Amino acid sequence: MKDFDPDILKIDDLLTDDEKMVRDTIHQFVNKRVKPIIGKHYMEGTFPKHLIKEIADLGLLGANISGYGCAGMNNVAYGLCMQELERGDSGVRSFASVQSGLVMYPILAFGSDKQKETYLPRLAKAEIIGCFGLTEPDFGSNPAGMLTKCVKKGSKYILNGTKRWITNADIADIAIVWARNEKNEIEGFIVDKKSKGYEAREIKEKLSLRASDTGELILEDCEVPEENKLPFTQSLKSPLMCLTQARYGIAWGAMGAALDCFEEAVQYSKTRVQFDKPIGAFQMIQEKLVYMLEEIVKGQLLALRVGRLKDENKYNHAMVSLAKKNNVFQALTIARIARDILGASGITIEYNCMRHMCNLESVITYEGTHNVHTLVLGNYITGIDAFK
Amino acid sequence: MKIIVCVKRTPDTTTQIRVKPDKSGIEQDIEWILNPYDELAVEEALKLKEKNGGIVTAISLDPDANNSVLRRCLAMGVDEACLLKGGKNYDSYSVAKLLADEIKQREYNLVLFGKQAIDDDNYQVPSMVATLLDVPWVSVVTKVEVNGDSVCATRQIEGGEEIMETKFPCVISCQRGLNEPRYPSLKGIMLAKKKEIPVKEIASLPESVAVTGHEAPSPRPPGRIVGEGSGAVKELVRLLKEEAKVL
Ligand SMILES: Cc1cc2nc3c(=O)[nH]c(=O)nc-3n(C[C@H](O)[C@H](O)[C@H](O)COP(=O)(O)OP(=O)(O)OC[C@H]3O[C@@H](n4cnc5c(N)ncnc54)[C@H](O)[C@@H]3O)c2cc1C
Ligand SMILES: Cc1cc2nc3c(=O)[nH]c(=O)nc-3n(C[C@H](O)[C@H](O)[C@H](O)COP(=O)(O)OP(=O)(O)OC[C@H]3O[C@@H](n4cnc5c(N)ncnc54)[C@H](O)[C@@H]3O)c2cc1C
Repeated sequence: MKDFDPDILKIDDLLTDDEKMVRDTIHQFVNKRVKPIIGKHYMEGTFPKHLIKEIADLGLLGANISGYGCAGMNNVAYGLCMQELERGDSGVRSFASVQSGLVMYPILAFGSDKQKETYLPRLAKAEIIGCFGLTEPDFGSNPAGMLTKCVKKGSKYILNGTKRWITNADIADIAIVWARNEKNEIEGFIVDKKSKGYEAREIKEKLSLRASDTGELILEDCEVPEENKLPFTQSLKSPLMCLTQARYGIAWGAMGAALDCFEEAVQYSKTRVQFDKPIGAFQMIQEKLVYMLEEIVKGQLLALRVGRLKDENKYNHAMVSLAKKNNVFQALTIARIARDILGASGITIEYNCMRHMCNLESVITYEGTHNVHTLVLGNYITGIDAFK
Repeated sequence: MKIIVCVKRTPDTTTQIRVKPDKSGIEQDIEWILNPYDELAVEEALKLKEKNGGIVTAISLDPDANNSVLRRCLAMGVDEACLLKGGKNYDSYSVAKLLADEIKQREYNLVLFGKQAIDDDNYQVPSMVATLLDVPWVSVVTKVEVNGDSVCATRQIEGGEEIMETKFPCVISCQRGLNEPRYPSLKGIMLAKKKEIPVKEIASLPESVAVTGHEAPSPRPPGRIVGEGSGAVKELVRLLKEEAKVL
């Protein structure tokens, strides 16, 4: 039974009834379907594939898209879904983020009508799974340097290159692959896993996001029909626009992981007795709990504000960088503190905080590292691009 | 097939209930949910509709005209909802009368209820509604099979099951085990948002019961550690048998 309300600022009052219903629905789903099984998957290093259909049936995939069988929710409701999913596990949230923000979004934004009609309804129902191939072994923070090439040959494009650290790579039916053309522009392709010259390999030995599928795409004279090229891309700007979508969801998601760690730490502090008192009676523990609550409240307000601006079409990538950078960094800090408060128990899979902590070590790296977002904001402030 | 489901808003089972200072009731600023047994009824209605076609209507009587549980029903897939405003301090008969008066104005094959509301646990409304409608009813049902216009319902009885057959129109009250209620889908929530929920001011009946007070249960006695390790098992079993009398 909860005897204090972590929503100290009544942020709930800033949400509409349907936004709350959406959040509570995903909350219940995660409690019932994700939490009981996620530790086992994490230990075994497997993605809980059986949840894919359930997540799709809920309408979570592409939930902020209108039409094509999608729920057509606003961005705040979508963000709340990401928060609740990541309360369960960053890996489960990553699956949904990639499918929605990095696969469905680019098809919606840069695809032809035929591509939208062919792929979006099936992606929403999870009849097909997608992945997003931007990062390469030698080009992470600097995707502009990518080596993957596309060359037009008759009615086909021939792709060559390697994409690494790709979420869903091994389970994907299609990959959105970004490659450089002969004019030095970046093009986007919908690549079918059955294409000649396409291979996906799982990266097994991870210490983070263990309940998520991460892999490599190897493209060796990979043949892609012309009609699978995304017609309306604008070079590197387009994959970066996709990242802005996914980063927005991550800013919410990180607070979900933080909330789960916080609630676990509070519970533990009240029940764990040392020196004849619950450890929550010690000032140093209280100080840590207070820090967590402060940062969660601030992070949630930040995500909510960006969400409202996104819904009003007044948002930009710098705001999203601010929210992603702050919220992931604070969530990671909170997870580390929770781990500490739980003492030796905190290192086991019986508790959630260390799993969240290890996961967030990936979340702080992907979708623009902490440093990269710092430099985006540095550029926003000074007008000087530190990347050049 | 036309199905009516009657649903009630009840306090969340995990919410902390506080009695009002004047003891006239409980504080209202708590979490409320769709009565879990009614949720089974909604799920069953939706399943029957998916199989046999038709239309599902949810009706709720709510003293504060709060439509949150009806929104949830719509989000789960119910076609239309109707809110009856009123019913404070009504006894089961008055509630049943108001519901039956509403249902009589509608066409229906089947009326579904939860077997009880988890707040005041009266178990009476479904059977009273059936009586007022003058239709057969089966209560505490764990399985429903429809064949044309006949219904086969399995009900729980002490130590076993009873299988009953009846014809439409009829009333059924639902018991746990009947089904696993679905989550509202996000699309359902968005669609529900667009639907109007008409509110009907109902004829006010005289308050049939006067609530003279509420008392919170006395606090539970604190737990006790009997001992540690396997040595404590014997004592624990003894206490469970002799003191707690649960074994
Ligand atoms: C689990 C997981 C899943 C992923 N999923 C996907 C996916 O689905 N699709 C995809 O395309 N990619 C994915 N990625 C890749 C991710 O986007 C990259 O890891 C990220 O962009 C960083 O690139 P890198 O790992 O090559 O690090 P590097 O770019 O080599 O960076 C190493 C370090 O140097 C710092 N650094 C780099 N440049 C600068 C600079 N100019 N100034 C200051 N510091 C700098 C970085 O901040 C970082 O701390 C995933 C990664 C992980 C870990
Ligand atoms: C991998 C591993 C190997 C280990 N190996 C050994 C071993 O070989 N032999 C052995 O004897 N032990 C061993 N330990 C136990 C280890 O020493 C204890 O975990 C440690 O002493 C902390 O105790 P605890 O885990 O019970 O945490 P707790 O004592 O319950 O502490 C929980 C939290 O409360 C804080 N806290 C507690 N009291 C106070 C206070 N008064 N004021 C402020 N904060 C407080 C702690 O700092 C911590 O953050 C091992 C632990 C691990 C994780």
